[in-house]
Amino acid sequence: MPGAIYAEGLVKTFGDVRALDGVDIDVPEGTVLGLLGPNGAGKTTTVRVLTTLMQPDSGRAEVAGLDVLKYPNEVRRSIGLSGQFAAVDEYLTGRENLQMVGQLYQLSSRDAKRRAAELLERFNLAEAADRTAKTYSGGMRRRLDLAAALVVSPPVMFMDEPTTGLDPRNRQQLWEVIQELVAGGTTLLLTTQYLEEADHLADTIAVVDHGKVIARGTSDQLKDQTGGDVVEVVVHDREHIGTAEEVLRRLGDGETTLVEHTRKLSVPAAGGAKLLAEVIRELDSHGIEIDDIGLRRPTLDDVFISLTGHATEEAAPAGTAGGTDTTGGAAASAAPAKNEETQ
Amino acid sequence: MSITAQGTAPRRAPQPSGERITFAQSMRDSLVVAKRNLLRMLRIPEVVIFGLIQPIMFVVLFSYIFGGSINIPGAGLDAGAYREFLMGGIFAQTVTFATAGASAGIAEDMQKGIIDRFRSLPMARGAVLTGRTFADLAQTAVILLVLAIVAFLVGWRINDGVLNALAAFGLLLLFGYAFTWIGALIGLSVRSPEAATSGGLVWLFPLTFISVAFVPSENMPGWLQPVAEWNPFSAIVLAVRELFGNLPPGYQAPDAWPMQHPALASALCSVAIIALFRTLAVRKYKRATG
Repeated sequence: MPGAIYAEGLVKTFGDVRALDGVDIDVPEGTVLGLLGPNGAGKTTTVRVLTTLMQPDSGRAEVAGLDVLKYPNEVRRSIGLSGQFAAVDEYLTGRENLQMVGQLYQLSSRDAKRRAAELLERFNLAEAADRTAKTYSGGMRRRLDLAAALVVSPPVMFMDEPTTGLDPRNRQQLWEVIQELVAGGTTLLLTTQYLEEADHLADTIAVVDHGKVIARGTSDQLKDQTGGDVVEVVVHDREHIGTAEEVLRRLGDGETTLVEHTRKLSVPAAGGAKLLAEVIRELDSHGIEIDDIGLRRPTLDDVFISLTGHATEEAAPAGTAGGTDTTGGAAASAAPAKNEETQ
Repeated sequence: MSITAQGTAPRRAPQPSGERITFAQSMRDSLVVAKRNLLRMLRIPEVVIFGLIQPIMFVVLFSYIFGGSINIPGAGLDAGAYREFLMGGIFAQTVTFATAGASAGIAEDMQKGIIDRFRSLPMARGAVLTGRTFADLAQTAVILLVLAIVAFLVGWRINDGVLNALAAFGLLLLFGYAFTWIGALIGLSVRSPEAATSGGLVWLFPLTFISVAFVPSENMPGWLQPVAEWNPFSAIVLAVRELFGNLPPGYQAPDAWPMQHPALASALCSVAIIALFRTLAVRKYKRATG
């Protein structure tokens, strides 16, 4: 039986660009799928098709058991949409926005009022409830937008880059809300460019690039695909880099990589902790002073790079849409460094 | 307090019934959207204020500058008679300016994320447009009221009874409402709100000036007279003048059919515009994305 969100062979072209090139998705009820990929990979287009905003050129999609193309209006009753393009009216107050959305979800005006008050309270907007959204900060607007998507507690939610452009504190808050939502049984499709975010929130991850799903699985499965743990060493003296690299090559289970300016060396470590201990002993016997050493699981950055040959941020040199404030997360800042390591 | 509400929506989607959205739902959705647009108008009052300044300026400029120099059939070069004559034209021109408001408002909505919000909601498809036209209708009614008061102050009078006057205002609102649907289509057809504002206005000038609104058609060159007399805008102007009793006693309407039956002609024209442009606009809206 297909899941709460199901798509098969979605194709959508804009002129010469194949935005979607045969996307298949299956999200079981009550789980979270993270759609991970760089800008222009086809994440937003996928969401637009699944939320009835756009018709695919070919392919089939079902949401909450309903064919998206045949029963768009019934589908709309069962979904909530939030993210980079779903929005609020900035000349309306937070309360007015939520009441309007409630009424357009066909709630009675009394229910819409009650629900708006509840959500404003829940999303820490009670104090700002009767100010126009124009006066809200970026984080507040995003919370209002998410609240609007939750007015009828839809069984299926879509969030398109919910935290793009938010500072770390606001991002953390939004993550908590999303986790609570999912704990309540909502099926969620979430798109993100942040590997860390997919890792944190999603049960399964589909990696998208050039309109195709190029890999899927749990975060652990994807990490295993890139091959186990990595030993990372930061040597104190630049002169010792050569010797240290020699040691790693001899003991490790694969190619070593070096980031020159941070003096960071790494090597795949199938032996895990045992290898780590050996490396420490060996470096010590050579008298090499080290600033930092550790065993780390591959991050989704590593996964993405090994799958696509480029980092997530690479396709988006101009930064993310609307992301004028700090993009915060470790994933975003880590990506360029990772990119260097592979070279 | 939990994020999920009790009893607001079924956990499982309703079975597809293939149901059509009812007229009642469509009306309710339109009124919800209309309320949203009216709230916006209250919070950006400049738009309404400029909407008022222009016709008031025209009343003052036209009546004092052209007042004594335009020959009104049946009254001659009389400033008082011209003022009476003028108001029908100003009233009618004012209601057509609602076009620009509708086109700019819809163009702006289409550019912003709010349209995706609307399109992802289980609401009647046409309600975003219909709601906008309702709000513009309400705005037009307010502007007409203020304009009537100003006109009264400069000497314009209702001379043919309250019922006829109400009929005149009714015809004006219907005509203005019809034009907001032209505005809606323009708003959906242009790429920016700025283009929508000028695109919504620019064609209104020839439409409203090549008519009997400001100058009797008898004063125009011969080849232009039939154009002015068959211009649908002339029908509403003349209908309003008749219903307000603003025509000089000896006035003879031109022979063209719309000039002989102006109230009927303008009502028919308004209904035809609504039928045509509403259909086109709603269709365009549905296709606008996707």
